[in-house]
Amino acid sequence: MKKKMIAQVAAQKETAPGIYDMWIATELAQDALPGQFICLYTKDKSALLPRPISICETDKEKGLMRIVYRIAGKGTREFSSYREGDFVDILGNLGNGFPFEKAEGKKVFLMGGGIGIPPMLELAKRMQADKQIIVGYRDANTFLKEDLEKYGKVYLATEDGSAGSRGNVMDAIREHGLQADMIFACGPMPMLRAIKRYAAETGIPAYISLEERMACGVGACLGCVAKTKQVDAHSHVHNARICTDGPVFEAGEVDI
Amino acid sequence: MNTKVTIAGVTFQNPVMTASGTFGSGMEYSEFVDLNRLGAVVTKGVANVPWPGNPTPRVAEVYGGMLNAIGLQNPGIDVFMERDIPFLRQYRTKIIVNVCGKTVEDYIEVVEKLSDADIDMMEINVSCPNVKEGAIAFGQKTDALFHITSEVKKHARQPIIMKLSPNVTDIAEMARAAEAAGADAVSLINTITGMKIDIHKKTFALANKTGGMSGPAIKPIAVRMVYQAASAVKIPVIGMGGISSAEDAIEFLLAGATAVSVGAANFINPYVTEEIISGIEEYMAEYHVEDVRELIGAVHG
Repeated sequence: MKKKMIAQVAAQKETAPGIYDMWIATELAQDALPGQFICLYTKDKSALLPRPISICETDKEKGLMRIVYRIAGKGTREFSSYREGDFVDILGNLGNGFPFEKAEGKKVFLMGGGIGIPPMLELAKRMQADKQIIVGYRDANTFLKEDLEKYGKVYLATEDGSAGSRGNVMDAIREHGLQADMIFACGPMPMLRAIKRYAAETGIPAYISLEERMACGVGACLGCVAKTKQVDAHSHVHNARICTDGPVFEAGEVDI
Repeated sequence: MNTKVTIAGVTFQNPVMTASGTFGSGMEYSEFVDLNRLGAVVTKGVANVPWPGNPTPRVAEVYGGMLNAIGLQNPGIDVFMERDIPFLRQYRTKIIVNVCGKTVEDYIEVVEKLSDADIDMMEINVSCPNVKEGAIAFGQKTDALFHITSEVKKHARQPIIMKLSPNVTDIAEMARAAEAAGADAVSLINTITGMKIDIHKKTFALANKTGGMSGPAIKPIAVRMVYQAASAVKIPVIGMGGISSAEDAIEFLLAGATAVSVGAANFINPYVTEEIISGIEEYMAEYHVEDVRELIGAVHG
């Protein structure tokens, strides 16, 4: 059941330059799935569209949800100013989430690039598998690395080579000679395209989380579509809605 | 208190409708809103065959509003009639189906099929700014509008609403052309053509370059055009453009609208349509308005 409600900020800190780590108290924490997202609404009503942000982690006992996001414009800049006790309107839980049960007992890659890293945390927490977590950053200003290390071996790549392998997550798996039976990934489009190619070459399934400009977040406006191989159920035109049919798709199913 | 309004013989339990394209066929928002409460659901535009729509990005935020260039992605009339109409018929709300097309023949094909369907009215989209053929091409010249309106009227069994574009010089003249051709009502405004440029990437924010602007920032333009259209014609006017509260809706009624549609505001607050219905009732109680129809065109001065 999707709901729009008021959440209260429990904690927030800047965890790397321009990257904010916020915990909010919300009942949505109870049934959030890894790979799902919520929308946050700004108080500045000149910026009216909800901001989709992926769920990083949940603490069901305490009723808390964690989001980690980058300042990308005036909406996220406003969110970054929130302090403990502030209120924020949210809509959730949205999207399908990663099919983490499919990984049970398998050797997997969990691959996150930049602000695509946060959903990998809850995924790593829930997944019963041999997890190799590969994360790519711009530079040595990493975030969530220590959290991820609790759930699997973490391999690092940085674009400038200042930490871990130089390049992206694909360079890291090559450098370490890593192999897997299944991939779960979220990150920028060039990274997802490379993963799609790699998955096709090696014949392993890859579940990738896509991002697109959204308006409603609930599947009504048809703003955030991805080209699909199969005819989509909604419009019968090979355009799946990222907000509701996704954001997670099997890589072979989408034309990216 | 009476909140019912009647347009072309169809009585709506209240004057609040959803604006085409912002509410799908109601399914997605039925998780948030009791569709039984709405005056009408106006569906996303439907064509004779499925349309894939435009490339992404299809939406962009602008100050106090948004741009969209969805490009009328829709499943085509056959799937729509099999799936969407039976879904909506479970509810007490009236069903207004928005129709789009590239040619007059396309429109007529859809209108003929809908004539046999259990729907209350049709809204003819001659004002979408985001598709290359059809749509707005029929809505920017009086003779083209007159022609398509009279053709559609020949084939439609239900009353016809012509949805007008604000991207014209004289809205009154367009409303008069629709009325003269036999339209049962007009609705306005569709979105206003706009553009946004990303200065960091030096690209257009929308893949389509231009898009239709909606949201609170366009409301004064919409109120003005509704007033002008309502003053020009005798047929009912359905007003829309930036409505996000009961106060906004009442402005449109006072300007001459018999009913109002809520669009982009659904994206900002999925509960907004029900809140507007309640808010209109509160306003009526506060100002001792017995019948909502007393508000229609009641602005003076």
